Amino acid sequence: MTTEQTINIEIDGRFFQARPEMTILEVARREGIPIPTLCHHDALEPVGACRLCLVEISHPNWKGWKGLVTACLYPVEEGLRVSTGNEEVRKARRTVLDLLLARCPTSAVIRKLAAEHGVTATSYKENEVETTCILCGLCVRVCAEKGCNAIGTSGRGIEKAISIPFKQPPPDCIGCASCAHICPTDTIRYRDEDGVRKIWGHSFPMVKCTSCGQPIMPEKQLEFEVAKSGLSAEYFQTCPACSRKKTVTTIRTAFDMSAIESVEVSG
Amino acid sequence: MPIKSMKSLETAAKKARSEREKIKTEVLICAGTGCLANGSLAVTEAFEKAVREQKLDVELALGVKTTGCHGFCEKGPLVVIQPKGIFYNRVKPKDVEDIVEKTLKKGEIVERLLYRNPNTKERIEQYTAIPFYSKQLRIALRNIGKIDPGNIEDYIAVGGYLGLAKALTKMKPEEVVDAVTASGLRGRGGGGFPAGRKWKTCRDAPADTRYVLCNADEGDPGAFMDRSICEGDPHTVLEGMVIGAWAVGASKGYIYVREEYPLAVKHLEQAIAQAREHGFLGENILGTGFSYDIHIARGGGAFVCGESSALMKSVAGEVGEPRAKYVHSVVRGLHDKPTVLNNVETWANVPWIITEGADKFAALGTKKSTGTKAFSLVGKVKNTGLVEVPMGITLREIIFDIGGGIIGDRPFKAVQTGGPSGGCLPESMLDLPVDFDGLTEVGSMMGSGGMIVMDDHTCMVDTARYFLAFLVDESCGKCVPCREGVHQLHGILEAICRGEGRPGDVEKIEQLSDTIVKASLCALGKSAPNPVLSTLRYFRDEYEAHINDRKCAAGVCRNLFTFRISKEKCIGCGACVKACPVDCIVGELKKLHTIDADKCTRCGACRNVCRYDAVDVE
Repeated sequence: MTTEQTINIEIDGRFFQARPEMTILEVARREGIPIPTLCHHDALEPVGACRLCLVEISHPNWKGWKGLVTACLYPVEEGLRVSTGNEEVRKARRTVLDLLLARCPTSAVIRKLAAEHGVTATSYKENEVETTCILCGLCVRVCAEKGCNAIGTSGRGIEKAISIPFKQPPPDCIGCASCAHICPTDTIRYRDEDGVRKIWGHSFPMVKCTSCGQPIMPEKQLEFEVAKSGLSAEYFQTCPACSRKKTVTTIRTAFDMSAIESVEVSG
Repeated sequence: MPIKSMKSLETAAKKARSEREKIKTEVLICAGTGCLANGSLAVTEAFEKAVREQKLDVELALGVKTTGCHGFCEKGPLVVIQPKGIFYNRVKPKDVEDIVEKTLKKGEIVERLLYRNPNTKERIEQYTAIPFYSKQLRIALRNIGKIDPGNIEDYIAVGGYLGLAKALTKMKPEEVVDAVTASGLRGRGGGGFPAGRKWKTCRDAPADTRYVLCNADEGDPGAFMDRSICEGDPHTVLEGMVIGAWAVGASKGYIYVREEYPLAVKHLEQAIAQAREHGFLGENILGTGFSYDIHIARGGGAFVCGESSALMKSVAGEVGEPRAKYVHSVVRGLHDKPTVLNNVETWANVPWIITEGADKFAALGTKKSTGTKAFSLVGKVKNTGLVEVPMGITLREIIFDIGGGIIGDRPFKAVQTGGPSGGCLPESMLDLPVDFDGLTEVGSMMGSGGMIVMDDHTCMVDTARYFLAFLVDESCGKCVPCREGVHQLHGILEAICRGEGRPGDVEKIEQLSDTIVKASLCALGKSAPNPVLSTLRYFRDEYEAHINDRKCAAGVCRNLFTFRISKEKCIGCGACVKACPVDCIVGELKKLHTIDADKCTRCGACRNVCRYDAVDVE
């Protein structure tokens, strides 16, 4: 007997076991069952904003009740039956993508995803303000997770927007560009040029790799990482490529018996 | 001084009552928001001045007291003279002299200030004989209009905090939960969830800390039930909450109240301070060792913060956006701890249930919706105001008996219940008994108790468009179906109202609404299509007339009708000529008038002033 409780659930007619703290999406992804998402990232708490991962659930004990829930948030429970792609689910997903296409008609990501679900043109009125932002909030959440809270949202409803305080370069931004990297529609952009990173109206001078001289990260981010981790600045000052080279050299040296005494592993 | 036992509370109540008995005549002046706006403070000052200058209190043992909302806001400022129960309406400061001279000194009635029944034209002297009041049954509003909300002694004198004392000294927490369950009390904030079951789940959830909260973020346009309770009887809310905290084992609580309700905030703050002084709140309540304290959290004016999970986020200082409640807030609520959240009216019922007994409450109303419900009755109805009625009463009784019928005796068209995301019900539904399940079944909802009455001059497509505009503004914008979907739905309705509707629009509305209902994150989104779905259900022909015939028979959507003066009805009085802001009506006195349709902006001013109903819509 295992010490941990196991939950049995059914997805699209197949039976799976899961740990109690798992969500439907986690089980489906583990089993290779495709469920589309836009606002989800494994490293962040799910919020259920984009509604693309809607699935239909039912249960033998629910007297025939069934309904749509977001797979990213719904915790598995014993006996749960999930349908990830029946007509009801596909209809809801199509409408969600149709609405997103009306909001962001120029977004290549949304156009492609919508077309995959059979929506090639929106049935609704197209947005007059050009944007590719779908307000998934990943940028704001990753910034908070990082510990910076430099960006946020303003307004509500259709007026809601990803914003920086008072439309000025946010003082808490460290230029890490996590927001840009996580953005599913490639809306947030940054530029590294001549050892300077430009993002959110800031121009951050960057520190260079101590081995090869390539810019690695903004100086402000280095300060932040050092303070947060308690590690030395040197630990961060080697670029990933050089870091790999260095590891290889270290291992090679380590296996040279005569050199054991003098090995110093960086960091 | 803190009251340390049931016995000393009873002594205090006796003392407070005997103090009150010394006052032989009492002038109760409504200082609810409606009457304040109508100038009731000036009336109060005039009474106080008269008392001071003429030394009336010595002579008459007179008490002048400002109270919470009497409910009949339409007729404010309201003054009730007790113990005789004489009811004066629309009292101005200059009327005070007459009241003092005639009623207070000689016991005579000032005829002209009495309420006149608009249907029978007779003047009514007694407060209780007025149809607006006689059909009501007040539990949640039981003390409002009778006590001074700023004075805890007044509340104690009417039996206040006895329910708390009974719960804490004579009942186990489980027994309190059982009593609330047996009473059948369901949440008055909109959802109608059984309060007892909610409390039990919270009590059973393992935790070191639990919270008991009060939702006073009443955001429905035109609703003021909770506002009136907080303003007029704040102690009953506190008492209910402390009983709830004892039942579920909570140590801390918040009242989340709208910043737009300054008087409610003030009265609640006063009440909290007084309750702490008297030992009803804070450490060691009534000497029992039980501790629970309440703080005020002020809402910044977002409608969505009335939703439980958004409210809790807002209390915690985060952005007030709802979260998915697959794990309910009763188990994981404020600061992830088990939390009971009920609204003001629900809490106001609790002390009554404990003192009077669960059976007595369960005997009122219908089987599945027990007790009473407060409504704010507004719109095209003669008597607007705050009413509390037993559940199961029909819409007709509320609108025609209590409300006195439609202004100008025009035909009734629809009543909108349940706030912005409720539904519009037609005349065929007037005999529907009002309870939680009945209203939901016919496509509307109880909501928190807004009730807007509409006459034949109301366009149902425009009504749906209006409520959707409110919801577009108030959507938090977190999830796609609500943010984008309701916005698109509103856009389609706007086009229809402008006369740009296209065949297929109705089907598109239905299809989009279906997804919004099923796929939105919170109750705001899930119920947002209700105004359009319920009007489509009962007034589909109006949508079709707008789209196919480009006609708005109600005369509201300006691009879809013209005004014409009826040959048969016009007597040539000239009232419309004076009212027209663009001078497009011509005609000699006592002869038929005509409207220049090219110049007319279709504002409806002529139709509103015409006493002969001679302005026709074509």
